[in-house]
Amino acid sequence: MNILKKIIMPLLGLLLWELLAKWLNNPVIIPPVESVINILMNPQTSVLGTGNLIENTLISIKRVISGFIIAGIIGIPLGIFMGYFSTIMDLFDTFIELLRPIPPLAWVPLALAWFGIGETSMLFIIFIGAFFPILLNTIAGVKSVPKILIESIETLGAKEKDILLKIILPASSPSILTGLRIGAGIAWMCVVAAEMLPGSSSGLGYLIMYSYSLGRMDIVVASMIIIGMIGLILDRGLKYLENRYFKWKSLTK
Amino acid sequence: MSAILEIKNVVKKFISEKKEVLAVDNVNFYVEHNEFLSIVGPSGCGKSTLLRMIAGLETPTSGEILMEGKEIKGPGAERGMVFQQYTLLPWRTVLDNVAIGLEIKGIPKKERYEISRKFIKMIGLEGFEDSYPYELSGGMQQRVAIGRTLANDPKIVLMDEPFGALDAQTRTILQNELLKIWNKDKKTVLFVTHSVDEAIYLSDRVIIMTARPGRIKDVIPIDLDRPRERNSMEFIEYKKKIVDKLKDEVLKTYNMNNYSI
Repeated sequence: MNILKKIIMPLLGLLLWELLAKWLNNPVIIPPVESVINILMNPQTSVLGTGNLIENTLISIKRVISGFIIAGIIGIPLGIFMGYFSTIMDLFDTFIELLRPIPPLAWVPLALAWFGIGETSMLFIIFIGAFFPILLNTIAGVKSVPKILIESIETLGAKEKDILLKIILPASSPSILTGLRIGAGIAWMCVVAAEMLPGSSSGLGYLIMYSYSLGRMDIVVASMIIIGMIGLILDRGLKYLENRYFKWKSLTK
Repeated sequence: MSAILEIKNVVKKFISEKKEVLAVDNVNFYVEHNEFLSIVGPSGCGKSTLLRMIAGLETPTSGEILMEGKEIKGPGAERGMVFQQYTLLPWRTVLDNVAIGLEIKGIPKKERYEISRKFIKMIGLEGFEDSYPYELSGGMQQRVAIGRTLANDPKIVLMDEPFGALDAQTRTILQNELLKIWNKDKKTVLFVTHSVDEAIYLSDRVIIMTARPGRIKDVIPIDLDRPRERNSMEFIEYKKKIVDKLKDEVLKTYNMNNYSI
């Protein structure tokens, strides 16, 4: 019964889509369901001479992972230090609050000017997208560590290093993981946008733009579906880790 | 016997934007080696503040606190503290919580687990080594907190109303266990409580504090053999004596709070 409730809307959507496609009979506006499914079912077939779906998907994933990892390597330690040392917070806070509301895509011209057309610019855009949620959630996690936990291990002889490694880091890791999850979602959105930039010649974003210019909406829709599915898997996967490793967080009063 | 801890002319003022509060006013006392000393006083009298200063978590505004003749500067492992609030690390098992002090000292895993298991046995939680704090009752969590402090082998154990949040029955059981451990381990304990009964039951001496600002009103040696019988004449005598001395102070606190409303 439950599963039925969950799939009924997508099924109705598919049906509506198919009816509209049949009625309009114009694959440039709405491609028929079966041609999209056909593309999705044969991901190894080269599309439009730009490599196949799997290759393009892997290229996008690789870019996201690279930009995301850089964002984590910088964002997590910076967030921990900002959350823990008020001087570092005061130094960086205004700067970060100023940069944070700028959408990652607004950085595109600067990225192109600094790094030229190519991989580095794309990584930069992804980095910007993932960085702020990771940083802000890390700071929030550190700030929410109960003071009494720190005091209690200080009376066991803990020094600054022990407090950071044995209290602050583990206590804030659920929040850090939440930041990583949100950051990964935004990074994934940014890669598609970055791949639509001039000079790009691979990845799902590129495939969407290129198929569009050739009027192949079936490939556009197939790529969109893959993007949606990977985004979902990413989110659920990290959510699973949250529940698996940080059960204590929800169970501690 | 000699003093392990000396508190000399200690004053603590809390200064906020609006006003200055004198929490502890010129307190002097000492704790002897292997002594079980309690401090009782009305709530808000500064007894917890006093204990936190001894732990090194607060700095006295003036006066000095000497541990074995040396002035204390900040917290240290030789002054272990058990808090009223639950302070176990929720992501660590009982075993890893008890072992954390030894872990900080850099004792190898095998050895620190060995020591910790001994203390887990002592606090009666054998079989719960791999449980997480959220799986334990409040009383069990406090036992683990006590075990964690003792496993770290401090020279003095500071206890800030450790049984305050527990039900009466659990409280009595833990009091007896604490006495057993104290007797066996020959620890020095400084125990803060607002329960006169608890103070008499446990201590060699009881310090009575005044309402805010906290001063020492009296020090009563409890000259009774252990285990003490709560219904004995002598016990009740002591209780009456201390309660009488405290009554004025509690009233003062009550009035103070009323006026401030």
